[in-house]
Amino acid sequence: MRRLVWTASGAALAGLAPMVLANGWNMPVGVTDVSREIHSLHMTIFWICVVIGVIVFGAIFFSLFRYRHSRGHKAAHFHEHTAVEVVWTLIPLLILVAMAVPATATLKSMYDASDAELDVMITGQQWRWRYEYLGEDVAFLSNLATSREAIEGRQAKGEHYLLEVDEPLVLPTGRKVRLLLTSDDVVHSWWVPDLAVKQDAVPGFVNENWVEIDEPGVYRGQCAELCGRNHGFMPAVVRAVEPERFDAWLAERQAAASEAALGLDREWGMAELMEKGEAVYGTICASCHQPDGSGSPPAFPALAGNQALIDDRRRHIETVVNGVAGSAMPAFRGTLNAIELAAVITYERNAWGNDTGDVVQPSAIAERLAD
Amino acid sequence: MAEPFERDPRRQGVRRTVARTVAVLGGMFVFAFALVPLYDAFCQVTGLNGKTAGQAQSLVHAGVDTSRTVTVQFVTRGSPGLPWRLETDTRQLRVHPGERREVHFRFRNQGAEASRARAVPSVSPSEASLHLRKLSCFCFQEQRLAAGERLEAPLVFQLTPDLPADVRTVTLVYTLYPVAASGARAERDAVGEGDRA
Amino acid sequence: MASHLPPTSTPQHSQPASAGLAGEAHAPYRGLRRWLLTTNHKEIGTLYLVFSLSMFFIGGLFAMVIRAELFQPGLQLVRPEFFNQMTTMHGLIMVFGAVMPAFVGLANWMVPLQIGAPDMALPRLNNFSFWLLPVAFAILLATLVMPGGAPDFGWTFYAPLSTTYAPPSTTFFIFSLHLAGISSILGAINIIATILNLRAPGMRMMDMPLFVWTWLITAFLLIAVMPVLAGVITMMLLDINFGTSFFNAAGGGDPVLFQHLFWFFGHPEVYIMILPAFGIVSVIIPTFARKRLFGYASMVYATASIAILSFLVWAHHMFIVGLPLVAELFFMYSTMLIAVPTGVKVFNWVTTLFRGSISFEPPMLFALAFVVLFTIGGFSGLMLAIAPADFQYHDTYFVVAHFHYVLVPGAVFAIMAGVYYWLPKWTGHYPHLRLSQWHFWLSVIGVNLTFFPMHFAGLAGMPRRIPDYALQFADFNMVTSLGGFLFGASQLLFVVVVVRCVRGGERAPAKAWEGAEDLEWSLPSPAPLHTFETPPQVRPRES
Repeated sequence: MRRLVWTASGAALAGLAPMVLANGWNMPVGVTDVSREIHSLHMTIFWICVVIGVIVFGAIFFSLFRYRHSRGHKAAHFHEHTAVEVVWTLIPLLILVAMAVPATATLKSMYDASDAELDVMITGQQWRWRYEYLGEDVAFLSNLATSREAIEGRQAKGEHYLLEVDEPLVLPTGRKVRLLLTSDDVVHSWWVPDLAVKQDAVPGFVNENWVEIDEPGVYRGQCAELCGRNHGFMPAVVRAVEPERFDAWLAERQAAASEAALGLDREWGMAELMEKGEAVYGTICASCHQPDGSGSPPAFPALAGNQALIDDRRRHIETVVNGVAGSAMPAFRGTLNAIELAAVITYERNAWGNDTGDVVQPSAIAERLAD
Repeated sequence: MAEPFERDPRRQGVRRTVARTVAVLGGMFVFAFALVPLYDAFCQVTGLNGKTAGQAQSLVHAGVDTSRTVTVQFVTRGSPGLPWRLETDTRQLRVHPGERREVHFRFRNQGAEASRARAVPSVSPSEASLHLRKLSCFCFQEQRLAAGERLEAPLVFQLTPDLPADVRTVTLVYTLYPVAASGARAERDAVGEGDRA
Repeated sequence: MASHLPPTSTPQHSQPASAGLAGEAHAPYRGLRRWLLTTNHKEIGTLYLVFSLSMFFIGGLFAMVIRAELFQPGLQLVRPEFFNQMTTMHGLIMVFGAVMPAFVGLANWMVPLQIGAPDMALPRLNNFSFWLLPVAFAILLATLVMPGGAPDFGWTFYAPLSTTYAPPSTTFFIFSLHLAGISSILGAINIIATILNLRAPGMRMMDMPLFVWTWLITAFLLIAVMPVLAGVITMMLLDINFGTSFFNAAGGGDPVLFQHLFWFFGHPEVYIMILPAFGIVSVIIPTFARKRLFGYASMVYATASIAILSFLVWAHHMFIVGLPLVAELFFMYSTMLIAVPTGVKVFNWVTTLFRGSISFEPPMLFALAFVVLFTIGGFSGLMLAIAPADFQYHDTYFVVAHFHYVLVPGAVFAIMAGVYYWLPKWTGHYPHLRLSQWHFWLSVIGVNLTFFPMHFAGLAGMPRRIPDYALQFADFNMVTSLGGFLFGASQLLFVVVVVRCVRGGERAPAKAWEGAEDLEWSLPSPAPLHTFETPPQVRPRES
């Protein structure tokens, strides 16, 4: 009976081994030199552990079979052997040194962010990422794109459930990109397994890492450090494209930003602001304040029927533009443009029965931002 | 009892052991708090965490190393709840190690009332923070601006010539933080910085 | 290695028979007052163990909530904020409420019996340190119904999530942790004082059973690091309520400092939860292999080296927080070094088995499972020590798998092995054999079904502490949840075994196990309330 149990578990382990190496069960090889080095380190250590495991567990199970009391085996009397003890202290030490050498080399190359061609600042916010291409006038927020319906099971879950965003970080292939990480509130951690980049984003401090991607593609990861309620809903997605396409994309983003500025001159109507505002609200605000504005107090106040909001238009604008200290409410002035800000504020002042009738003009917000 | 209890050697041993462990205990509790300044000092000495000196430093006269050029980037960030902006026209500079350079920053309070804030610097890569000497700066200094007020503040800095060769880009990030009225430790620091500046 | 301990003076004369060291007769209280006021090490040990078992089930219940929510993708049962409270409370209760008090309970029962002492050195303090615990955990559990909910920032409570962004109940959490910490500290002082001063005449340090040795070293670890925890949570309290900025970047503080301080406590804490387990296994294996422990002295040295190294490795929990290269290298090397003394221990256990005369009573089953499964946890620990690879492993389910392997089939199995081993001494009856075997096999299967797939989920990219996950992790999570339910349910069997054993069962003689050698087996089973009032004369271990 016992023999059967051992044999069965042995067979299960042997059957498991090939699966371990299969895709989706193991660490991804990834698409950078660093990720490949890390993967091979991982596999080396894994096999070393397997070999040690086979020897140690083999010795245990051999003893359990061979020296059973029920078979009448009499115990030997030895209980010390200095030479053996010294040997099995030294051998692991040597194995460890052998493991430390390649690990040290990999670590050194991971820390060398010099000669980067592009600098991207990644800022963690509860619960989204903000990407800024330093010196390029391009910055945007990247929010979870999975719908609440899918999360709550009222809609089928798509292939990239929880790992999809409205706007991924676009990076060029074949260029070294330096990533600077920081946070607006709590500690977050930006992780994309295929790039083997995982780095904490610490409020008030800047960390750096770097990446040079070989192959175009979409690489998905998520926040790795517990950062509050929606920690599990904060994906980090990178779209890697060829350098020429990247340059074109960057130019397009810059043009779009200046085009958006054109809309500032004219008077906007309630309907168009409401329409735009609803879209902005849905991607940015709804995750905390809920799609119906009911919030989840005390951390996230309700907006629907919120008397302070209805009464004090000025303070409402202040809060959205500059955020609230020591809370999950970030300042949106650096990430939403004046039109988006005006639209979302107008929306909040008129949706869900707030009905103030206020139209907040983009030009007014732009003035507010300018000075 | 054969012997008075107080003179029982085991009882004395227990007492001695308790006295010693309690002493260690007290020591470790104090040590935990001592770790805070020790850690700060350690960061300053090693540049851990990209922390920079909180006060003006003196120029290192060791000549300018024109054979190397390093890019210094300046990034400014606000923080939630503070209607201030901190800006600079100089997003990045190419400098030689040893060179003395000046960059101007503008503080603006866009709020409707006076408020206080301070700019907290952080340098990346962290090993560069030891070599970025700020000869005059506003780091950690508390600023008070009336509604709509502006303030120009210069940063004079130097990268020391012994900057490690593999550092070719240095990023200096300033994050503006509101100074809360209740921030006891923060205020104490601010006063200290003010005196030195 | 023992030289860092204060010199001991073991008196050669024996104590008068009636004088317990407490210097007082135990008042014959009955009912509730008996338990409330007891100063008897055996009764307090029982209290600790019963408390720990109830916390094990409460923490386990929270784990069941977690596993039920993670049974399939999507949010079905709980809101994310409540999920975070569950992971936090599960961790805090298992670490501070279940594992640590269980070891203290075993120490209370067994340390005096194994060294031939009449009681703990400080019996009244002993009572006080136990009764702090129910108060502490009542407060902690009460936070669940407070406005804003219970702590939701993980058992590691990283600032500023646990300070600026924390729920209002955090102050109660801090208070409760202070009480639990004081309890541990007082318990540790008591254990050190007992071991150093109350050993039976003739018992030298190097004659002590390994359970006593490992507990002595653990107690020193507690003395060294619990004050640091107290310091950290005091700083949090000041940051939250008194406007300081220890961990607040806005006021010139540093969130990373929190992590350094926490892990300076936290890593030795990890060993606090495993060293006594080493001790238990080191007394059980020789008993059922009917052969002396191989390499007793090297076991002691290895334990001490692990304890010392534990102060030098804390930042391996922070490899991705942005440490400079030199720090990463230092902490990688020092962490890898821990594999050496740990390996020595495993090799010693294996060699003890080698050419023994092995039988498979329930305590032995758990001890053997401990050796194998703890070693698997050790392997993943070695992998995690490799800093570059940790950039991929960090904060994933691979880490969750690792520390559950060393804590559940590690620490918890060792505790159960100890309970099965000493139950005959405590109750006078053997635990029911068939039921114990069922409990063992269901636990082993459950534990592996629960935690083994977590390795794969982590490697495939699943972060820890998330209430919902991407579809590629669904299969792993379903197996893990099923295994979790199995493991959870089979622990009810353990309660049945223990209750039946207290009530009756096959009578156990003084020496309940054929191969058992230590002092406790010279006492009748069940052990009377007062034992070794006349210290036994111990002959030094011949070598």
